[in-house]
Amino acid sequence: MGYLGNILEKCGEYCILMRRVFSRPEKWSIFRKQFFNEADKLVINSIPIVAIISVFIGAVLVIQSANNLENPFIPKMYVGYLTRESLVLEFCSTMVALILAGKVGSNIASELGSMRITEQIDAMEIMGVNSAGYLILPKICSTVLFNPLLMLMSYMLGLVGGGLIVLITGIINFSAYMDGLMFCFNTYYIFYSMVKMSVFSFIITSVSAYFGYYAVGGSLGVGKSSTTAIVISSGLILVSNLMLTQLMI
Amino acid sequence: MISVKNLCKSFDGKQVLKDISIDYKQGDCSMIIGASGSGKTVLLKSIVGLHSPDSGEIWYGDVEYSSLPLEEKKKLRRKAGMLFQGSALFDFATVEENIMFPMDFFTDWSRQQKLDRANFCLKRVNLENANKKYPSELSGGMQKRVGIARAIALNPEYLFCDEPNSGLDPTTSIVIDQLIREITKEYNITTIINTHDMNSIMEIGDKICFIYKGEKLWEGTKDNILSSDCKELNDFVFASNMAKKLKSFI
Ligand SMILES: Nc1ncnc2c1ncn2[C@@H]1O[C@H](COP(=O)(O)OP(=O)(O)O)[C@@H](O)[C@H]1O
Ligand SMILES: [Mg+2]
Repeated sequence: MGYLGNILEKCGEYCILMRRVFSRPEKWSIFRKQFFNEADKLVINSIPIVAIISVFIGAVLVIQSANNLENPFIPKMYVGYLTRESLVLEFCSTMVALILAGKVGSNIASELGSMRITEQIDAMEIMGVNSAGYLILPKICSTVLFNPLLMLMSYMLGLVGGGLIVLITGIINFSAYMDGLMFCFNTYYIFYSMVKMSVFSFIITSVSAYFGYYAVGGSLGVGKSSTTAIVISSGLILVSNLMLTQLMI
Repeated sequence: MISVKNLCKSFDGKQVLKDISIDYKQGDCSMIIGASGSGKTVLLKSIVGLHSPDSGEIWYGDVEYSSLPLEEKKKLRRKAGMLFQGSALFDFATVEENIMFPMDFFTDWSRQQKLDRANFCLKRVNLENANKKYPSELSGGMQKRVGIARAIALNPEYLFCDEPNSGLDPTTSIVIDQLIREITKEYNITTIINTHDMNSIMEIGDKICFIYKGEKLWEGTKDNILSSDCKELNDFVFASNMAKKLKSFI
C-alpha cells in the first residue's frame, strides 16, 4: 500500500505541476524568446548524436538483413525494404527517443534540479513569476514540435547510411537496394512515426522536468533526480510505444 | 506592516514552528534570530508564502495572505523582494539581466528604461562595472549585492533577507548590513532579516525576536537583548568565551 500510495502521490504531483505549466504565459514575448532558446539547446544540439547513430544503424541493418537473406529465392531488394521499414517503424522514433531520454532528460532534470536546490526557483516564485510555466512550457513546446523533424532527419540519414555501406562493400546491388526503398512505400508510417516522436518527446520533457523541479537533498539529490528521470521516462516510452502501436497500426 | 498570528508548521510529523505570533513595523529592520536549525528559514518562507502553514494567519496590512486567490497572491508578491541565503542569482543570466528579470515580466518599460533602473539599483548597492559578468564570476559579497539590487528592482514594500551575511567576512558583513538598513529607512520598507550573527543584531536590529527550537522565546530590541533573563537567549548571545567575559563586566 505504501509503495502504491507513493506512486499515486507522485502522479498527482505531476498532474498539478502540468496544470501550472499549461497556464497562460505572463508575456508572450518572453515565452517566444525562451521557446527558441530551448529549441536550440534541446533539439539543435541533439542533431549530431542522432545523425551519427542513424547512419551507423542504417548501415548495420543493411548488413544484418543481407546476411540473413541469403536464400536465392528471396529477391535482394528485400534488404532495402526491410531496412526502410525497421528504420521508420521503430528505430527512428523509439530508439532515438530512448537516446534523447538519456541526453535531453538528464540535461533538463539536472538543470531544474540545481535551480531548485540553489533557491533560484523560489526566487522566481517570490517575484510572482510562474516558475513552472516560464521554465518548463517552452521546453515541452519546442521538443514536441521539433523532435519529429529530428525523426525525419534520422530516417533519411539511416537510409543514406545503408546506401553507403551497399556502395562500399557491394554486399548487394545498389539498384536492388534502391528498388527496395521504393517498394510498397507507405507515407502513413512516416506520419505514425512522427506522432510517436511527439508523444515520446512530451514524456521525456515533462517527466524529467517534474523530477528536476521537485529535487531535494543537495547535489546528491540532483544526481538522483536525473537518474530517476531517465529511468522513468524510458520506461514510459516503452509502454506508450506498445499502446500507440496497438492504436495506430 | 506584517502580522504573523499563531503560525504552526510541521514537516512529516515533525513540528518545526510552534504557535508563533509577531508584528513587523514599516521602516524597521526586524530580526529573527536563533541557532542553526531553529526554524528561521521556515518561518521566513512561511511569511512570504513559499511554505504553506499548517495553521495560523499572515496579515499584510489588512489582507490575510492565505485567504487570497492565486492572482492576488501573485500581485502581493510583486511588492516583495527577497535576498536568499545563497543569493539565488539566476546563473543563466548576467548581473544586469538578473536585475532586469522582474522588470521584463511586470513592466512595459523600454530596454533603455530597464537598463537605467538596473544601473540605478547597482549603483545603490555600490556595485558598478560588473553588469556583464555572470554570477559564477562574482565573489560572495558581490553576489549578495546583486541579490539586494534585484530584490529592490521594483521598489518593494517588503524586503526579506535570509542570513544576508552568512559566508562573508566581518567587514563585508557590516557593509551589507548597513546597506540593508539604509535602504529600509530610505524607502520606508518593512524589512525582516534572519540571522545568527551577533554583530548584525547589535548593528541594525530595530526589533528582535528569538526563536528556539521553533518557539518564540523572547522579543525586544538591541538595547535590552544583553540584559534579558531568558536562559536560552543568554546561551545564544553569550556563546563564546569572549562574550562570557564581557558579560561579567556588565
Ligand atoms: N523542506 C523541508 N522538509 C523537511 N524538513 C525541513 C524542511 N525545511 C526545513 N526543515 C527542518 O526544519 C528545521 C528548521 O530548519 P531551518 O528553518 O532551515 O533552520 P534555520 O534556522 O537554520 O534556518 C530543521 O530541523 C530542518 O530539518
Ligand atoms: Mg536558514
